[in-house]
Amino acid sequence: MNDALRLNDALVDRAHAAADAIADDIQQHIDKHTTDTTERATLRLLGIAGVNEIDVPLVNVVVEQARELLPGGIMRPFVDLMLRTGTGAQQAAEGVAAGELALMEVPGERRGAAEARAEELAHEGVARIDAVRRRRNELVAATGEAVKPYLYVIVATGNIYEDAAQAKAAARAGADVIAVIRTTAQSLLDYVPYGETTEGFGGTYATQENFRLMRAALDEVGAELGRYIRLCNYASGLCMPEIATMGALERLDMMLNDSMYGIIFRNINMKRTFVDQYLSRLINARAGIIINTGEDNYLTTADAFEQGFTVVSSDFINQAFALRANLEPWQIGLGHAFEIDPAKPDQVVYQIADAQLVRQLFPGYPLKYMPPTKYMPGDIFHGHIIDGMFNFTGIFTGQEIMLLGMLTEALHTPLLQDRYLSIKNAKYVFESCRDLANEVTFKPGGMIEQRANDQLQKAVEQLEEVHDIGLFEALSRGMFADVKRDPTSGRGGEGVVEVAADYFNPLFAALRDGRMSGAPEGPPPGGQAADAEGSS
Amino acid sequence: MLVRPYGDTRDDGIIQFSFTLPIAYSIKAPDVGKQFLEKLGFHTVGIAECKPIDPEYTFYVAYGRTDAGIDPDEVKGDYLEVEEMDYYAINALIKAKLERKLGVVGASIESDAHTVGIDAIMNMKGFAGNYGLERYPEMDALNMGSQIPCAQLLRTALERDADAILVSQIVTQKNIHVQHLTQLIELLEAEGVRERFVIVVGGPRINNAFAKELGYDAGFGPRTTPLEVAAFLAQEVVRRHDEA
Repeated sequence: MNDALRLNDALVDRAHAAADAIADDIQQHIDKHTTDTTERATLRLLGIAGVNEIDVPLVNVVVEQARELLPGGIMRPFVDLMLRTGTGAQQAAEGVAAGELALMEVPGERRGAAEARAEELAHEGVARIDAVRRRRNELVAATGEAVKPYLYVIVATGNIYEDAAQAKAAARAGADVIAVIRTTAQSLLDYVPYGETTEGFGGTYATQENFRLMRAALDEVGAELGRYIRLCNYASGLCMPEIATMGALERLDMMLNDSMYGIIFRNINMKRTFVDQYLSRLINARAGIIINTGEDNYLTTADAFEQGFTVVSSDFINQAFALRANLEPWQIGLGHAFEIDPAKPDQVVYQIADAQLVRQLFPGYPLKYMPPTKYMPGDIFHGHIIDGMFNFTGIFTGQEIMLLGMLTEALHTPLLQDRYLSIKNAKYVFESCRDLANEVTFKPGGMIEQRANDQLQKAVEQLEEVHDIGLFEALSRGMFADVKRDPTSGRGGEGVVEVAADYFNPLFAALRDGRMSGAPEGPPPGGQAADAEGSS
Repeated sequence: MLVRPYGDTRDDGIIQFSFTLPIAYSIKAPDVGKQFLEKLGFHTVGIAECKPIDPEYTFYVAYGRTDAGIDPDEVKGDYLEVEEMDYYAINALIKAKLERKLGVVGASIESDAHTVGIDAIMNMKGFAGNYGLERYPEMDALNMGSQIPCAQLLRTALERDADAILVSQIVTQKNIHVQHLTQLIELLEAEGVRERFVIVVGGPRINNAFAKELGYDAGFGPRTTPLEVAAFLAQEVVRRHDEA
């Protein structure tokens, strides 16, 4: 049922044209600026880790000390420092933190050597990312690949060891992707915490060590099940590119990574977020990570029936930004959800229309479909059925990454048994309806086709308006999610730096240079793979 | 008069259970679940489902009967008494008695990043077919959103000369909400402005008695509609206005 709805192709073309123009305008802003976290991410890729005596990450200490030099980028003065003092990157950063070494403006005669060495180091950093990506490809080939749609569930205990235990249980029950929810407010920290953590509020700190621990747990259970289990976290908030770097090095497979989410839902300065999302996505692109965008959240604040088209138009914008950051379509998991009040007659019919529309608009993209949250009731029995209809919509419209709803969504973070019941629900619906979509067609001119074209029409009109007034102004007017944001306010604005004419950061070019392409390929999961081997 | 759970016959006392025990499934696992429920005082226990959901965990669905009963008349508590009113009556009451708009400032405070609660109550669109407070012509309602520090919330309420402050707390892990809610009341008291405002808290783990204990004027739990909050605010602010 690939092109089941007859959509107005002229409208689709207009939507792409407007989104491209919007992204091109913002790209001009991006190219003229850098941010604290962009520079810190660059340092992280040189292998700098650790914190000072008051738990401030070394990369923060270095960038803070070089604040006056940031318009030229951190790389030139930092690599110059390494060359001057004969130190490695970690050693140089420790020296800066100890107050023993100082960064300085690089005089003309030393620039050439510093830049040449910086380029080598950037390529070495990228080579580390490539090695991790190759390792993923090997593991998927050796372990086995999950069948789409991927079953995606969250863990959120606050304790990485507890998370690991719950994640393994979820994988054994059938989950293909485990997302570790971050502790509340981590998105607003202008640094990345360090080391393993066992305390969190509503989630677990994203740290490189926690990434590593969870990766090891999922590899272990994946080998047991004969199915590679994907790990997801959040390259979002005030440290988007740094977290992307950590994820690239620790073999995360998916990242929540939206171009506008932080602006709208975390009140992060928009000038900052647009710059940050760019490097974070270049890194994710290189690492073979699938990004997930966050449009599903729009309709937690705005009404799904009336404002559903804003999700569609934002998907176009996120796609345009993602393509500009070198991501391939298979890596761009555009997020969507259209949670219409279940009390509305024909709710599921409209839900199908919206989901099918997005499916057809982005062929070849691994769409992430998000479950009901806002209208989930305390009556868990009723909630389980609402989730079932959501699962039905997902399989019927060919969604690829299904974040599974929990019957206890309205009550608490999922209990072990909630996740089990949720996965059971999804597996039943997905298996029982696997080929249904191929057996039926939508009624031409019917409710579903009309709703889809109507949404598309509104999305195009919105995109063209956004292009006319500019994305900054559109966000100021609250055109997405009914949330208004001002370009001059919001968190992290002080960390945006206008770059000088001689800004130097070889990482950007290195990330684009000679990259690998394509998704990992592996045999079908578990028993089937073993059988195939046995018979050959 | 004592009442008991009703299955399909008066006083049969039937209750359904679902729970997980941290034991590997084995042939005796159903009996482990059954005897556990018997220890809780249930009899005629039937294990409907007993499945391993992991090598270390077993999930149960079960039924049991209880002889315990409860007399509803004996249940006493600190319940919020609000006269039921509709949208028009609330606006009319404010207009007639206050002769100015009722000012409300709301936020999800401190580290809590969730706006779903405060949005449901305050945003124009509202929730479950009920308009939010921003829609009330006789209210001047401001939803500040999430992660608002207590000091900023108070400053805004003072600047706008608000009558009421609405606080939402969704995240409750390790009782973080209690810490935040206490912090706000302590700040109001330190600034000597506690009595200036009607202070209301809402959230999935909030009830009126708990809110009172923390020093709030009222607390609203899950499934609260904007209408209930609006009716309380109008009645309470008008009552204080009449007393003054």
